[in-house]
Amino acid sequence: MVGGWAIAVHGGAGVDPALPVERQEEARRVLVRCLTAGAAALRAGALALDVVEMVVRELETDPVFNSGRGSALTRKGTVEMEASIMDGRGRRCGAVSGISTVKNPVSLARLVMERSPHSYLAFDGAEDFARKQGVEMVDNSYFITEENLGMLKLAKAANSIMFDYRVPLTGADSCRASAGLVADVGGELQMMNGLPISIYAPETVGCVVVDRAGRCAAATSTGGLMNKMNGRIGDSPLIGSGTYACDACAVSCTGEGEAIIRSTLARDVAALMEYKGLGLQEAVDYAVKERLDEGKAGLIAVGRNGEVAMGFNTVGMFRGCATEEGLMEVAIW
Amino acid sequence: MVGWAIAVHGGAGVDPSLPAERQEAARRVLSRCLALGASALRAGRAAVDVVEMVVRDLETDPVFNSGRGSALTRDGTVEMEASIMDGRGRRCGAVSGLTTVKNPVSLARLVMDRSPHSYLAFDGAEEFARQQGVEVVDNSYFVTDENVSMLKLAKEANSILYDYRVPIPETCSAGAGAMQMNGLPISIYAPETVGCAVVDANGHCASATSTGGLMNKMCGRIGDSPLIGAGTYACGACAVSCTGEGEAIIRSTLARDVAAVMEYKGMRLQEAVDWAIKERLDEGKAGLIAVSGDGEVAFGFNTVGMFRGCATEQGLMEVAIW
Repeated sequence: MVGGWAIAVHGGAGVDPALPVERQEEARRVLVRCLTAGAAALRAGALALDVVEMVVRELETDPVFNSGRGSALTRKGTVEMEASIMDGRGRRCGAVSGISTVKNPVSLARLVMERSPHSYLAFDGAEDFARKQGVEMVDNSYFITEENLGMLKLAKAANSIMFDYRVPLTGADSCRASAGLVADVGGELQMMNGLPISIYAPETVGCVVVDRAGRCAAATSTGGLMNKMNGRIGDSPLIGSGTYACDACAVSCTGEGEAIIRSTLARDVAALMEYKGLGLQEAVDYAVKERLDEGKAGLIAVGRNGEVAMGFNTVGMFRGCATEEGLMEVAIW
Repeated sequence: MVGWAIAVHGGAGVDPSLPAERQEAARRVLSRCLALGASALRAGRAAVDVVEMVVRDLETDPVFNSGRGSALTRDGTVEMEASIMDGRGRRCGAVSGLTTVKNPVSLARLVMDRSPHSYLAFDGAEEFARQQGVEVVDNSYFVTDENVSMLKLAKEANSILYDYRVPIPETCSAGAGAMQMNGLPISIYAPETVGCAVVDANGHCASATSTGGLMNKMCGRIGDSPLIGAGTYACGACAVSCTGEGEAIIRSTLARDVAAVMEYKGMRLQEAVDWAIKERLDEGKAGLIAVSGDGEVAFGFNTVGMFRGCATEQGLMEVAIW
C-alpha cells in the first residue's frame, strides 16, 4: 500500500552490550509508549509536525533517555540541552541550544520556528525568549538524575573526552579495571566519543513522521555528550546534520556529533534520494556506510509514501517504528 | 589546468545607491585580501591556513560585517560567529556568541584543532578562548559609529518582522519598491558575512565564513555562518561560503548542496552553484562563492549585488560588486 502514515523514534545509537535487562526493558517500554501515542494521533489525522513535537516532548519528560530530564551532564555537572524541529512542508525549521531551564526544549525550538524571526536561538537569548513566550521553566536541577551524576564521575575518571577520540585510551585495560567496565565485544573495548560504551550516554532522542497527507517532519533533542565542555553544540540542533525534513523524507540522527556534522548526515539521506534517485532504505544505508568514515552513528527516516527506514553502524540503537498497515516494532540490537 | 584559486566575499545584498566612496573602500579591502591570499598560495601555503588568514584580515577591517564593524544586536552589542572547514578529511570548527574574541575565525580553527568538539558557543566559547590565550578585547572594540546609527534606523524601520517576507510599509527613504532582505530595507540591511574559499596548489579545498550577524537581531540568534553545510562547507570536490538570508541558507543547506549536486549528479562547479541558487532558495535571497579541487572558481547570487573577488594561478584577478 502506497501512502499511509508512519512513525519512527530513537533513543540514541551506541548501546552498552552489557546493559542490564531491566534497563533494556525500561527503554523498550518508553519507546512503545511513545509509538503508541504517536500512532493514535496519526490515526486521528494529526499533522506530522505536531506528532513529532508531542513524541519528543514525551521522550524529554521521561528520564530514561538523554534529553530533557535525564540529560547527560556537562563537565561542570550542569545540564545544557539542545533540540531542533523541521517541517518538510516548506522546509521550515527551528532550533535551540544551551537550554538550562526550559522543560521541553523541542517545544521551544518549535516556537523559534513559528514565533520568532529567526531559526536558531541559543543560551541566554534562548532562555530570554522562552520567558517571553511563557513556556514552562524549571530549575536546572530538575533535569539532573542520580544516575547521570554517577556516570559523570566515571567519565571524568576514564579521562574521557580526549583530544582525538578516535585514538584508543592508553591504559584502557587499567581504566576498565578501575572503573569496573565490562563493555567489550570480542575482547575489544567499545568506545564512542572518547568514552567507553558503558559510560557513554547515547546522545539523543528523535522522532520522524509522515502523516496521512504525506507530509514529513522530524525532531531531535538531547542533553549532549557526557562531560562535554560547557557551550559545546553537537549535531542535534543543526539542520542538515542531526535533523532534516523535506517533501521526500524526514530524518533524525544520533551518535558521534562531530561525524554527523561533517557528513551532514540527515541532509545527505534526502540528497541521495533527490539527486541520485535512491529509495529511502538505500539512501539510509549509503549515508551510514559512505559518509561517516570512522564515525559511529545511527539514524531513523520516513518517506512521503509511508516507508520507514533505519540504519546504524554502532553496536545497537534504541529504536522503534509503527505504520498504518499495523507494523509496530521496538528494537535495541 | 589545475592550480590554486581563491575567492572572497563581503556579503550578498547591496544597496544600489551605495555611495561611490563606500564601493571603492570595499573594492580596496577585497583586492588587498585577494593579494594576501594569492601570495600565500604562490608560496605553497595550505588552503585551510589561507582561508583563516584572509578571513582574519576581513574581520579586522571594519568595512564589512564581521569582527570589527559587525552588525549590532538589538541591545547594541556585538555577538559574532564563524566557521571553518578543511576539505581534507572534512574537519570543521565553529563558534557562536563571541563578544570579546578579536578574530572569531581563528577561535573556530582552534575548536577544530585543539578541542574534542566541533562547535562551541557563548560563555563556553569565551572560556575556551581564554584557556587558549587568544587575543581578547572589550566588546566596544567591535562597535562602529556607523553601525550604531544603522541600528537606530533598523529599529525605526520596525525591522525584524515576524514574517520577514511580508513587506513593511514604506517608512524610510529606501527608494521606490524598497528592496528588502531579512525584513530590512536594503539601505539599512548590513550584508551578513565575509567568507573565503580556497583550493591550494595541492588541490585541497577549504572555506571559512565569519559574521556579526543580522542587524537588530535578538541576542542569542545564530545564523547560517557557523553552521556546517549551511554557510560553510568543504570536501574533496569543492569549498563553499554563503551569505544572505540566514534562514533561507539554513533550510536549503546551501553550501552542502553545491557539493552534493557535484558528487551525486556529476555537475561541474559553476553548474552546481547556479543550480543551488536557482533551485534551493525558493523566495530566499542569498549568494555564495566556491572553488573546486580542479582549480575552478564560481559565484552565484540572486540578490542585488554581492561584494566579491577572485584570483587564480593563471593570473585572473577580479573584484566586483554588481
